[in-house]
This record gives sequence, C-alpha cells and structure tokens, in this order.
Amino acid sequence: MILSPGHLAFREELRCFARDKVAPTAKACDSSGEFVKNNVEAMAAAGYLGIPWPKELGGKGLDYLSYAIAVEEISRVCASTGITIAAHTSLGTYPIYKFGTREQKEKYIPRLARGNFLGAFGLTEPNAGSDAAGIETTAKKTDSGYVINGSKRFITSASYAGTVIVAASLDRSLGRKGITCFIVETKTPGFSVASEEKKLGLKGSNTVELAFEDMLVPLDSVLGKEYDGYRIFMETLDGGRISIGAFCLGMAQTALDALVAWFGRQPAVSQMQSAVISDVATRVEAARQLVYHAAVTKDADVRADKECAFAKLYASETAVWAAGVAIDAIGCPALTDDSPVSRVYRDAKLGEIGEGTSEIMRMIIVKEVLKAAKE
Amino acid sequence: MNFTLTDEQKMVQNMARDFATNELEPRAAELDKTGEFPKESLKKMAELGLLGMIIPEPYGGAGFDFVSLAIAIEEISRACGSTGVITAVHNSLASWPIANWGTDEQKKKYLPPMASGELLGAFGLTEANCGSDPAGMETKAELKGDHFILNGSKRFITNGGAADVFIVFAKTDPAAGAKGVTCFIVEKTFPGFSVGKHEELLGLRATSNCELVFEDCRVPKANVLGEVGGGFKVAMTTLDVSRIDIGAQAVGIAQAALDKSLAYSKERKQFGKAICEFEMIQDKFAQMHSRIVAARFLVYNAAFQKEAGKKRFSLESAMAKLYAAETAVYVTKEAVQIYGGYGYTKDYPVERYFRDAKCMEIYEGTSEIQKIVIARGLLG
Repeated sequence: MILSPGHLAFREELRCFARDKVAPTAKACDSSGEFVKNNVEAMAAAGYLGIPWPKELGGKGLDYLSYAIAVEEISRVCASTGITIAAHTSLGTYPIYKFGTREQKEKYIPRLARGNFLGAFGLTEPNAGSDAAGIETTAKKTDSGYVINGSKRFITSASYAGTVIVAASLDRSLGRKGITCFIVETKTPGFSVASEEKKLGLKGSNTVELAFEDMLVPLDSVLGKEYDGYRIFMETLDGGRISIGAFCLGMAQTALDALVAWFGRQPAVSQMQSAVISDVATRVEAARQLVYHAAVTKDADVRADKECAFAKLYASETAVWAAGVAIDAIGCPALTDDSPVSRVYRDAKLGEIGEGTSEIMRMIIVKEVLKAAKE
Repeated sequence: MNFTLTDEQKMVQNMARDFATNELEPRAAELDKTGEFPKESLKKMAELGLLGMIIPEPYGGAGFDFVSLAIAIEEISRACGSTGVITAVHNSLASWPIANWGTDEQKKKYLPPMASGELLGAFGLTEANCGSDPAGMETKAELKGDHFILNGSKRFITNGGAADVFIVFAKTDPAAGAKGVTCFIVEKTFPGFSVGKHEELLGLRATSNCELVFEDCRVPKANVLGEVGGGFKVAMTTLDVSRIDIGAQAVGIAQAALDKSLAYSKERKQFGKAICEFEMIQDKFAQMHSRIVAARFLVYNAAFQKEAGKKRFSLESAMAKLYAAETAVYVTKEAVQIYGGYGYTKDYPVERYFRDAKCMEIYEGTSEIQKIVIARGLLG
C-alpha cells in the first residue's frame, strides 16, 4: 500500500509533533508513573483527540488511516501517550459516533474531540477478561433510569475521563444477549475509581479499577439498543484493534530506530547483526501493511474482523519480538532505563493482552478462515 | 551417564530451596521495587555455606561440586532473580578465579572472608566501549615500583556498589590486544578506586549494578591474579564456569514462572471453565516444561563436564547459557500471557520474571556470542 500525498503530509506533521511535544517527557513519565497529561493537552490543542470524526462534531475530519498513522507516530516516541489516544478515540468515542443517537453525539463528541475530558471504555471485569460475555455488572431498569452495580478492571484513562462506555447485563440468564451498553458520565453518583494499577509497562498511562454502587443513569444513556451491547462492544473492539496494531507498530519502529542508530555508527555489521536488522525491518513493514490495510477496511465501512485481528496479532507479536532482539543486538546499554528499547520491551507486552489476547485473535482468525472454507 | 543427583546434591537442593522459599521469596517484590541490595539475606546465606560453595574446605568454603553450585543458584533464582545473580557472581566470577589461579597468599587472604560473607566479590571486565569485544578494553595498568597504577572504568558491574573485592582486567600492554590483558584483585579500599553511576535496569534491579572508576588506582604487584599478560585467559575460562550458573539462574526463573502459571491456570475461570482446560494454554505448558527440562539438563551437563575435569567445556557452558536464557525469556513471556491483564500488573510476580529473564540473554556474553562460541567449538 502506498500512502497518498495527504497521508504522507499528515504523517510528517505528526512526526514533528511527536518529536517536539511528546518525546521529551516519555522517559520521565515512565520513571515516575505520572500520567501523560501534558501530552494529552498538547494533542487536544492540535486537534488530535478527534482525528476521524467530522468537523461538525469537533473532529479533524480525517479518515481512520490518518488516525492509525497518528497512533503509530505518537507510540513511536511514547507508548503511554499512544495507548491513551488510542483508547480515547477508538474505545471511548467511536461507539458514541457509530451507535449513538444524534443527541448523544452532539452532546459528547465535540467535548471528547476538544479534550474537555477523555473517553473510556469499561468492559473487562475481575472475572471477565477473554470471556467478555461473562460480565457480572448488572443494570436494572426503573422508571427513573437504570441502576448499575458491579465493577470493572484494567480500564484505561478512567481517572481522567468524563464518560465511560459501560457494558452491563440487564438479564444475566440471557448471557451475551442480556448485555447493554451505557454512556456513563463519571460525575454520576455511585461511580468511583477504586484503585490504580501498578504495571509492567505503560506507566505513564492510567489504568484503574471502577466500582459502581447503585449508580443511577438516565434512560437516555443507553447506547444503541437494549440487549444489543455485545454486538456494540465487539464491533468497537474490532476498530480498537486497528489502533492497538498501530500502537504496537509504533513501538516496533522504535526498536528498529534504535538498531539503526546503534549499528549505523559502527564501522561494520556482522552477518548475525545483519540478519537481526533485516528481519526487524521486514517484519515492521509487514506489520505496517496489515495495520494500514485494516484501517482502510474501516474507512470503506467494511466489517473486517479477521483483518483487524491480523493487524493486532502480528503487530503486537512483532513489537515484543523486535524489542527483544534489539536488546540482544545492542547489549547492556539497551537494558538500562536510559534506552527507549528497554521501555518498549515492557510497554509492548500489553499489546499481546489488551483488547483481546493473542489467543483470542487466533480464535477470531480461525473462525473466519474456516467459515470461508465452508461457504 | 547418570541423571540422578547424589545425596549431597539433593541435600544442597533442599537446603537452598527451603531458604529461598522462606527467606528470599517473601522479599523479592520489594527488593525489585526499591532496588535495595539484599545484604541481610547474604549474611544468612553465608551461614549456610552458600557464599563459599566451591571454595575448598581448607580455605573456609563448603567445597561443593559445580553441579551443586548450579542447583543452589537455580533454587535461589526461583525465589529472587537478583539474589541469584549476586550469588552466582560472588561464587563463580569472583571466588572461583582466586581459588583457581590465586597464589597461596591470595587464597589465604581472600577466600576465607569471601566464604564467610565478610567480603563480597564482583567481576570487572565490561567497559562502556567494549562489551562483546573484551580484548578491546581501554582500562590500563602501568607498573610503577611495587604497584600497578590502574586508569579507566568498567560498566554494568553486578554487585558493583556492594562488593569489597573485584576481579579487574586491565591492559598492561595496550599494543598487545588480548595478550596484553592482566587480571588484578582490587579491594574497594585501594586508593583511586571509586564506584560511579548506578544503572537503572530493566530487571534484576536489586543487584547494585554500577560503574567502577579507576583514577590512578594503586594495586600492589602481589595482587596480580595469574600471570602478567595472562588475564584474557583468566577472563574467558572464568566466564566458561560462570555461564553455567547464569544458565542455572535462567532455569530457576523459568521454573518459577511455570509453577506460578500452572497454579493460576487452575484457579482462573473463563467461559465457564478453568483456563488450564483450554488447549492453547496446554500447548504453552507443554512447551514451557519441555524447554525447562532440556535447559536444566544442559546446565547440569556443563557443570558435570567441568566437575569431571574436562579441560575445554566452553561449548557445553555456552549451550547451557544460550538455551537456558532463551528458555527463560520464552517461558516468562508466556507466563505473563497466561495471566493476561493480571500478568501485566505488579500484583503478581510474573512481570518481574519477564523483566529479570531478559538480562540473561545479555550479560556474561550475549546470545550472539554464545552462538559464536558454540560454532567455534564445532568447527574446531
């Protein structure tokens, strides 16, 4: 795939932005665990918190491919910032854009796109990870609204969010068919952030546990239709996986950048080192093609579960692998906190877990592949 | 070939395992977090003979064999990777070369306090500009009267900020390449010696990994270890020995990751059943366990060859280190994956194993160097 002049120009714009505004604080946020707040504010000011939404909703009016490129370039210098923009856009805002009523869109999307607050997505629970249909959070319909009880875990950015898309079950006996999605405002009484996770990587991102205690949300806060929540979050996750692919692609590129910087200075490169550098370069480019291709299917409004899973699976495994071999090739200096590669080695592992583990990606892919054979 | 451990080796295994489980494991997460050096644990380890494992009994050591040393390092690392490498460095990189090449005076002076834990050892070979190419070192030693004057610095030295005795390599003849390298026993109290930058590492964060700085450092002539110009051989042979223990450390960390994952997979339920019932998880366990067992036998084999008096065991020790390190990286990565989101948090130890394991592919010779050593061994 060849990028259009417009996409190339946007990539250059993001590259400069990432270098000047995001890169300088990446190491400090990783060491201190401080949220990448300044970077988020800088992105808001530049209009990067609503890249794929139309201008009338406060967005930048660009396509999903542009958005994927932005996530890639931001993650290339700071993965904590990359995951924050990816979760905000694909998980926190997209479902409102795609499934929301006109009122819901007009109410929330401009504020999310301007960065008045971040958007979050609450699906995972302590006992429901890969088995997302097994959520235990319940919603009970009353005359004045829905009363939600339960908890969510590993929720990105929720401490800084104004809205959280919450999946809850109206009727647990129906399994996945009982699930409904709600747009929950974080100021709602009964909503609380229970605790913040201490993590292996992505330390500058915010990951928290949420608790809902008799949280009453208005009747018009249902996203889409009642009992249609499973389909909504599955489709949301498909799109989210493109941005996780882009996020991992950015980190894989960091590993390649580090190899190039290190070995570019050496008078000669051995055959073993050549093999490493060439394999990393090849896989990074393959990951890029899969990610961009998945983004293009989104722009064409084609449901492409398999393509999204390809992108996420391959890019995440490439990032983890590339960071590992870059450390091997560079040696001790790459093991210290002074090197972006040791950070990527920790950050990238989340790519194989978040928004569907590699095992789940393989299950999606095989289902689609075998389905095609039967048809 | 006998695959059974001797009674003595079993005794060492049980003793080290009990100690590691009771004393080291409960503190491992905290040490990782704070980077605090495990001084107190080392005192207790000295009492158990774990700091003088291969030091002969006449010099106050336990006089164990190399298989026993590997077994002890595995058990210690299973509980705490940092303590594992601290112990490995002290025993095989610092004590062993003195026991092997030291003069009688050197052995009498250094080995008993090293065995008793009074003196902790470290090994200074790597420099900022020479990692995989130690012959390219820039630290120099110049003879002036009764002393050698050392100038230069060493980097990425495990135990660097905590040790009392350092096995240090410097060029006494800068023009001679590898043949110009001499090995010295340097005490931290020698004038001109200082500890420089403390590294913030990806893993093994409690190992006091530091830079060593020599500014006109005065080392008595009597502290040359081996022969003047014979240092490169000391370094290479010592690394052949110590790589066995890095292999053992890697096996220990991998085993810990497998043990924890097995237990977790039985408790964690998704889709109405324990995740251990899913084939994709079973596939991981089968591979993790098979690779760990293979790595352990490679480690035992290398230790056995050394013990049996085989002169050149570079090939065996490189295979053990290469395979065990790669196994540890693979197994710990899969452990994080089995734990899923929980594995990414500090609530469980697998993320620490994942970070600790990566160091093993790098230090005491990267995987690339091990492959070259193996290939040279094969090609003759």
